[in-house]
Amino acid sequence: MIPAPFDYVRPADLDGALRILSEREGEAKLLSGGYSLLPLLKLRLAQPALLVDLRDVTGLDGIVETDDELRIGARATHRRIHENEIIARYPLLHDVSGGIGDPQVRNWGTIGGSVAHADPASDWPAALLAAKASIVCRGRGGERVIGARDFFLDTFTTAIEPTEVLTEVRFGRRPRGQGGAYVKLERRVGDFATAGVAAIVRLGDGGVIAFAGIGVTGVSPSPFAATDAEAALAGKMPSTEAFAAAGQAAAAMSEPVSDVRGPADYKRAMVAELTVRSLRTAVERALANS
Amino acid sequence: MTTHHVTLNVNGEAREADVEPRLLLVHLLRDVFGLTGTHIGCDTSNCGACTVHVNGESAKSCTMLAVQADGAEIRTIEGMADGANLHALQQAFWDQHGLQCGFCTPGMIMQAAWLLDQNADPSEEEIRAGISGNLCRCTGYVNIVKSIQQAAGSLAAGESAPVVAAATTGGQEVSAEPAAAG
Repeated sequence: MIPAPFDYVRPADLDGALRILSEREGEAKLLSGGYSLLPLLKLRLAQPALLVDLRDVTGLDGIVETDDELRIGARATHRRIHENEIIARYPLLHDVSGGIGDPQVRNWGTIGGSVAHADPASDWPAALLAAKASIVCRGRGGERVIGARDFFLDTFTTAIEPTEVLTEVRFGRRPRGQGGAYVKLERRVGDFATAGVAAIVRLGDGGVIAFAGIGVTGVSPSPFAATDAEAALAGKMPSTEAFAAAGQAAAAMSEPVSDVRGPADYKRAMVAELTVRSLRTAVERALANS
Repeated sequence: MTTHHVTLNVNGEAREADVEPRLLLVHLLRDVFGLTGTHIGCDTSNCGACTVHVNGESAKSCTMLAVQADGAEIRTIEGMADGANLHALQQAFWDQHGLQCGFCTPGMIMQAAWLLDQNADPSEEEIRAGISGNLCRCTGYVNIVKSIQQAAGSLAAGESAPVVAAATTGGQEVSAEPAAAG
């Protein structure tokens, strides 16, 4: 399959990329790893007039901790994230980065590309929603920091402006007593998730759930935060009953459609089960980190 | 449509071409450079038959533009053997019957080579995870895994593969090019 014709530029730096995006507003698509965009170009589901390759834009792939944040550069590949020693202390992010696509996809695909692409069944958005991460977008006028829960607007649609570049994803640093996990169901390795659930749990005094964040992917027009499930857990002791109630709440918020990956009822049932499993592992990890 | 001049190092040789931006790396390798050992299977980045190395990292060459690979070092299946000496992986796929129809073999070998670069002594589970982006339509995975295990062992032992270019089996000439088995 051959993509429709397009022009191609490879700016040397971020300012160059931003200038081109302004000059060709609405005509250009950014190219990072390409593992999301190229299949769409080949299927001609996307036909941009211009591709702006970020390959030569340096300084966008760092993974650093500040006093209160973990910052991952947009061009960090899934594999570099998975193998990073800082990420080893962030089990949710370690889970997600190790399970995206297949090894070749993880060699080239980037967190920024995946988040900006916002496929409704992709993995990173679930984690960003669960963790209440923020997404940094740079335009010629400066930088915007957008909360993940205000970012994923609809299928393949985010809060990024066409003249902006997603430069960084920021998570809160992991405090003591917090653990996370990502569990997904896939028909076979490398397929998009039939359903996936990311959970973060922070245990407070006496072991009660002080914070629960749950992100769900694959079962709605856009990945979403299962806020009803989070509310069902707040202030409770971790228990089989509490997890089951959260699972039911997350399933009720899902809007799956029947397709080759299964009927809607099945997917909703899987969301309930995956929520329980991700919570169980997240709590184990929170206890191990107390 | 503007064309772009790309310069690449393919299997140690400098190559260049004027390409349309939409030309895929796999088409550059096969149609422009004539390196048809790299196969096109699904064309949708599922099957891994088109796997090559780009700057040492395995990549699906149907999911990379030729212009993205400008300046890169590319290694394909044609760059694995040393003259008539098969690479340890090629020899192992032969010895262990790691190919049936052979269509997936170039991609399997390139992905296995990348895997062994990362992890010289992988467990069976690590091998299976490492080739999870490569599909064998004959479902011959058991012997593919055995082949990679043999190659890991012979690479660790520093063995070089025997000369096989002139080998014959039952009076039939056997090619040293596994890619030709497709």
